[in-house]
Amino acid sequence: MSYSRKDLIGMIDLSKEEILHLLDTAEKFREINHRDVKKVPTLKGKTVVNLFFENSTRTRTSFEIAGKRLSADTVNFSASASSTAKGETLIDTVHNIEAMSTDIFVVRHAYSGAVKFIAENTKASVVNAGDGLNEHPTQSLLDMLTIKQHKGRLEGLNVAIIGDITHSRVARSNIWAMPRLGINLRLFGPKTMLPLCTDPFGVKICGNMEEAVEGADVIMTLRIQRERQGKLLIPSVKEYARYFGLNAARLRLSNNAIVMHPGPINRGVEISSEIADCGQSVILPQVESGVAVRMAVLYTLGTGQRGIE
Amino acid sequence: MKILLTNCKIVNHDKTLTKNILIEDGIIKSLTDDTPQADKTYDLKGKMVLPGLIDMHVHFRDPGLEYKEDIISGSYAAAAGGVTAVCPMANTKPVNDNAIITKYMADKGKELGICDILPVGAVSKGMHGEELTEMGDMLSAGACAFSDDGKPVLGSDVMRRALEYVSGFGGMILSHSEDKQLAGEGVIHEGEVSAITGLRGIPAETEEIMIARDILLAKLTGGHVHICHISTRYGVELVRWGKSKGINVTCEVTPHHFSLTDRELLSYDTNCKMNPPLRSADDVKAMKEGLMDGTIDCIATDHAPHSRDEKFQEFDLAPFGITGLQTLVPLTLNLVREGVINENDFSRLCSYAPAQLLRLKGRGVIEEGAMADIAVIDPDKEYVFDKKLNKSKSVNTPFMDKTLKGLCVLTFKNGREVYKADI
Ligand SMILES: [Zn+2]
Repeated sequence: MSYSRKDLIGMIDLSKEEILHLLDTAEKFREINHRDVKKVPTLKGKTVVNLFFENSTRTRTSFEIAGKRLSADTVNFSASASSTAKGETLIDTVHNIEAMSTDIFVVRHAYSGAVKFIAENTKASVVNAGDGLNEHPTQSLLDMLTIKQHKGRLEGLNVAIIGDITHSRVARSNIWAMPRLGINLRLFGPKTMLPLCTDPFGVKICGNMEEAVEGADVIMTLRIQRERQGKLLIPSVKEYARYFGLNAARLRLSNNAIVMHPGPINRGVEISSEIADCGQSVILPQVESGVAVRMAVLYTLGTGQRGIE
Repeated sequence: MKILLTNCKIVNHDKTLTKNILIEDGIIKSLTDDTPQADKTYDLKGKMVLPGLIDMHVHFRDPGLEYKEDIISGSYAAAAGGVTAVCPMANTKPVNDNAIITKYMADKGKELGICDILPVGAVSKGMHGEELTEMGDMLSAGACAFSDDGKPVLGSDVMRRALEYVSGFGGMILSHSEDKQLAGEGVIHEGEVSAITGLRGIPAETEEIMIARDILLAKLTGGHVHICHISTRYGVELVRWGKSKGINVTCEVTPHHFSLTDRELLSYDTNCKMNPPLRSADDVKAMKEGLMDGTIDCIATDHAPHSRDEKFQEFDLAPFGITGLQTLVPLTLNLVREGVINENDFSRLCSYAPAQLLRLKGRGVIEEGAMADIAVIDPDKEYVFDKKLNKSKSVNTPFMDKTLKGLCVLTFKNGREVYKADI
């Protein structure tokens, strides 16, 4: 068995084999999404609870569709408006829902490490759907699946991630996973959005936008979330677009790169509209890969891998 | 009542000698080679006999948060750690910002009688950082020093006046040096581990900026500023500089800051969440250098009990702080075993120097006429620090259930046996 863990908490400690196993499984599931009847009975009778302590309609919907296509009973639990607001502890909330015989929790939480904390305190399988600034492993898997689909391989590709690295769990998951699969990763962003110490990442940090995109096979721009991080990280979106945004001239420096973005995009900030909608943009295929990847993850954790029916 | 301690390897700050100790009426009557008649005799062969340890920095949560710790449970934890005098910080509920609360704390300690409670009064009323407290009154009621520890005194003007005012009474200000704005939402040291874990970082400069300010304010006022729980290389460097210029600055380090690095946080263990946070390996090295060359004056635990429920939650929400009274001895002995300090330094850092800083007479040294506050330590004893051994109401320490070496086996307070290990 190539993935025998109870949970999927982060990419940081996954082996190359485990990552490839999940990607291979996801490729098989992509086919189901193109069938007329997009449903298999694989997780029939299993209960998947989307436990979202932080709002994210997109990620939640993607997991929900993935669960439903596997015939699981999927339940959404938004915690912000309910129990934790009444003073119940996180683990009490988890234990209460677990007591209703939950098989898998899909958890998003605003604090780094919170999903690991939950996984350590429940018998159910736990999938990290984003914890604080830490990790978002299914996003990383869908990024790699999309790259593989469009470039035919992962090994040896040059991938540039541009934007708010420090506060991006998408970036962090990719930083751990991509080099493990032979991808040459480089990062760029304003100094305020790069960690003080990037040594643990073990990847190249670029000095300017041109250097970042030159010869890149993949350019991934990250969402700027000004509302969350205050006004100190960048002086204005106009200036951000000028020095850190992706436009046609910069894209031409790349190696015919595909353009990725975890969404939702700020048009004209991280990426110009002409790029977002151009033929090299794979932003919508990413969303599609997301469902396949989440099906693969739920399937792997939920069944211990019986065959696809 | 006469008590005789025989075959004592007496470790003072300046010398080690082997003698018998005769205690009479709570006072060390004589250090002798004879074996005079006594009501009770202890043979302490193979043990280290130190003056009772003095911990300048504890949080006893009494009044107000007694579910975490109270003066009684805290005193028992102190005695079990060889500590015979503690300075509980003022961030109680209500804040210890007046003589009535100071007296309540000191008296409660006196009543129990196993550990001196020397309260630290707040610098500012309510610890709001605005108006000065009645420091003179609190000193008369038993306060030993002043601090808003837990919170920095953010206003430089307030810190200036506090230093000026208290120096008129011969007192000192203990500084929790932290630039709150720079610390932001940080929960661990900013560095490699914060980059890896996605836990928000607190840069070392958060501490260093305020240490620099406080040293300069000591220069301005001539007042005595004592830097609490120093944890960074440049913090120590700044104190070294201040001392070289003759500025009235001293500092302390906690055992966890010279024992652990931020690598512990890779596990997201809330029992390693403290303020200041565990720092880098280089900072830990700097703590040892500072202890070696005397820049760091003393060791204090910053004993900060929190209930299990408070620590058992999301890392960001868990409170800062760990308990420390009962791990002071083994962790400091690690320094001796590593050759960073010698046994006499141990005695100086944990007993003599705090007694000097706090202007405590008859404490911090084992000599004729001194108070019979004595810690007996078995330096080679290996044991698991477990809940049975733990005397605090709280168990929030990364050392719980870990194997430690060096144990306080017997503690005397005013000549009375107040703790005896049963392992
Ligand atoms: Zn403090």
